[in-house]
Amino acid sequence: MIITVGMGSCGIAAGAQKTFDAITTLIEKENLDVTLKPVGCIGECFNEPVVEVIDDENNKHYLYAKIDGEKAEKLLKSHLHQGVPLEEYLVPQEDRAFLAKQTRIALTDCGVINPEDIAEYIEHDGFQALKHCLFDLTPEEVIEEIKISGLRGRGGAGFPTWFKWNAARQSQGDIKYMICNADEGDPGAFMDRSLLESNPHSVLEGMMIGAYAIGAAEGKIYVRAEYPLAIKRLKKAIQEEAENGYLGQHILGTDFSFRLEIKAGAGAFVCGEETALIASLEGERGMPRLKPPFPAERGYHQKPSNINNVETYANVPWILRHGGNAFAAMGTEKSKGTKVFALAGKVKKGGLVEVPMGMTIKEIIFGIGGGIKDDKEIKGVQMGGPSGGCIPKSLLNTAVDYESITKVGAIMGSGGMIVMDETTCMVDMARFFLQFTKDESCGKCVHCRIGTKRMLEILERIVNGEGKDGDIETLKSLGENIIAGSLCGLGQSAPNPVLSTIRHFEEEYRAHIEDHKCPAKKCKPLLTFSIDPEKCTACMACKKKCPVDAISGEKKKPQEIDANICIRCGNCEAVCKFGAVIVE
Amino acid sequence: MTKCSCGSKTEKPKTDLTKLDSLLAEYKCLPGSLITVLQKTQDIYGYLPKDSIYAISDALTVKVAKIMGVVTFYAQFRLHPVGKHLIMLCQGTACHVNGSENVAAALEDELKIKDGETTADNLFTMENVACLGCCSMAPVMMIRTGKSSEVFGPLTPKSARQIIKNIYKAEGGVQS
Repeated sequence: MIITVGMGSCGIAAGAQKTFDAITTLIEKENLDVTLKPVGCIGECFNEPVVEVIDDENNKHYLYAKIDGEKAEKLLKSHLHQGVPLEEYLVPQEDRAFLAKQTRIALTDCGVINPEDIAEYIEHDGFQALKHCLFDLTPEEVIEEIKISGLRGRGGAGFPTWFKWNAARQSQGDIKYMICNADEGDPGAFMDRSLLESNPHSVLEGMMIGAYAIGAAEGKIYVRAEYPLAIKRLKKAIQEEAENGYLGQHILGTDFSFRLEIKAGAGAFVCGEETALIASLEGERGMPRLKPPFPAERGYHQKPSNINNVETYANVPWILRHGGNAFAAMGTEKSKGTKVFALAGKVKKGGLVEVPMGMTIKEIIFGIGGGIKDDKEIKGVQMGGPSGGCIPKSLLNTAVDYESITKVGAIMGSGGMIVMDETTCMVDMARFFLQFTKDESCGKCVHCRIGTKRMLEILERIVNGEGKDGDIETLKSLGENIIAGSLCGLGQSAPNPVLSTIRHFEEEYRAHIEDHKCPAKKCKPLLTFSIDPEKCTACMACKKKCPVDAISGEKKKPQEIDANICIRCGNCEAVCKFGAVIVE
Repeated sequence: MTKCSCGSKTEKPKTDLTKLDSLLAEYKCLPGSLITVLQKTQDIYGYLPKDSIYAISDALTVKVAKIMGVVTFYAQFRLHPVGKHLIMLCQGTACHVNGSENVAAALEDELKIKDGETTADNLFTMENVACLGCCSMAPVMMIRTGKSSEVFGPLTPKSARQIIKNIYKAEGGVQS
């Protein structure tokens, strides 16, 4: 018997460490013949902490959901002592579609292997691709295989990977660098973190193959400092690889040598842009510079460098093992393979999902994610984070591929997918993203630095009920100017959340500006609270909860709210059992 | 005592700079390691004391102005000490959609401090952070005490207040 506990950051946050410790104690106490191992994240965040019992003799897997220390004890008693799987704790039938509908390439071994044990990675075909490249293929043939696969950058822009590799290969220079961009800055995306925590070797193997292809002997991984567990596991992985001859001089006895270094980022969204990332690697302020020259010609320390995202690298070993054609067989005409999405927001089953390109957004949210929390009405989905846009309900049949998503005003981005329901205010969402990009603008370009601030000020006025005629037009024109006048991707995409919400939800902006109403009932300054005398039972519950004594009335008679005193905290609405508080 | 350019005597350094010796010796000859040095310095002191910045400037021969440029560019660096418990309240997209602003308001009210501030008794510092990556437990906060940290979620304004109350209780302190 093997027992695994999902120990990604989110699993640990949900209490997986306590579960793991409880099982360890039980095994020791009762001297059970069980192998217990920590694994990465399987992606079912909504079911954390996840425990799997594997009956290796009969090759049967039992996945248990939401197992805390107490439940672990019961589970072990039933499943191990009596040999009966504990039905009530198993992942429910309706949740099984979550995994069944996915196609896992980058995530294949996430949540299956122990990320801190290189032997398990090797057992799961680890380093087979590297060996194949080093012994059977020339660097040019490796690049050709990636070209056949059609792999495009998974960090957002979707640039063909082979093209970048080829440019770096062609570039003259004795020293070249292979860089991994693990500065996952989109607030609401956690694909890269999960990959690095769950299967760091796959990413590193992808980097090594790339290094062999472009002729680099040195690599850098730029990771967010906010991901301490990912950094810890990467360090362990690098150490184990060096000990086993997969890193260092003359790897596997060949002429290929490669060494890797981890650099922790210091918290700046703009460092996801490759030239800014390079500046940060060099110890400078992370400010982008004009391209060309591209990093492939002059990158880190002015040497030819290649930068790819974590997920891009994680796909590489699979492609080399199965052939570019197998990868290209999945997906759409221009977007091949699969894509990992971080599904979150108002969705029932949030987590990490990997699907073939071309699946519709609707299928991801409803087929895999199980629909909307509390069975509310879906309003839209934000893709691509602060650089992306909002896709409305009417366009949910859009397929996920680079071109289709761009066509509807969003971007594929790194894979953040935030679901919004009827209670989400689109103007407020736009304000939220603008606040983020305004804070994160590096300040180099005037349009981005000042333009985002001006846009934010207008949006703040609108959500405070002080919108004016012409605001929408000013927002549009500011947005267009910022796009035209900014050097890097941050500025060029910063207005997207505003422009896409205006495009698809203009009536919501108008309701705020012209009618001083927030249809989603989110913007507090625009709300009025009153009590329906028909429904009020004079129970006085609301009066007791009102922090400013705005509620008054005679005893045993319907109460009233004084709008001049009311601070719109919503306490009365929350406490009323009779639905008598009207919010407009 | 060092003399500053305006002629007045500066205060004697309060920070124990010997803690930096081995770090500065290690990175002295490595160009481009400024961010790493700053990160390690912050690990030692919990923040970047003024004296340490001058020491780094001397050792790495980088101008103080340039160091300050880097320090103020990145969100991670702090120029002031933090309280015993560092509350990192997630303001990521998923948390925002699920009501993190109400949680922030409740915490601000409970602790009587705002984003980036520390309570008078030095017990708590509150900090809004971009994303903790625990989106499915939104809204969440992480409380870091010394080297250990714990994530709480999904939060409501009420449960967030209760968590603070519990810590106050455990500290045996009186809440202002």
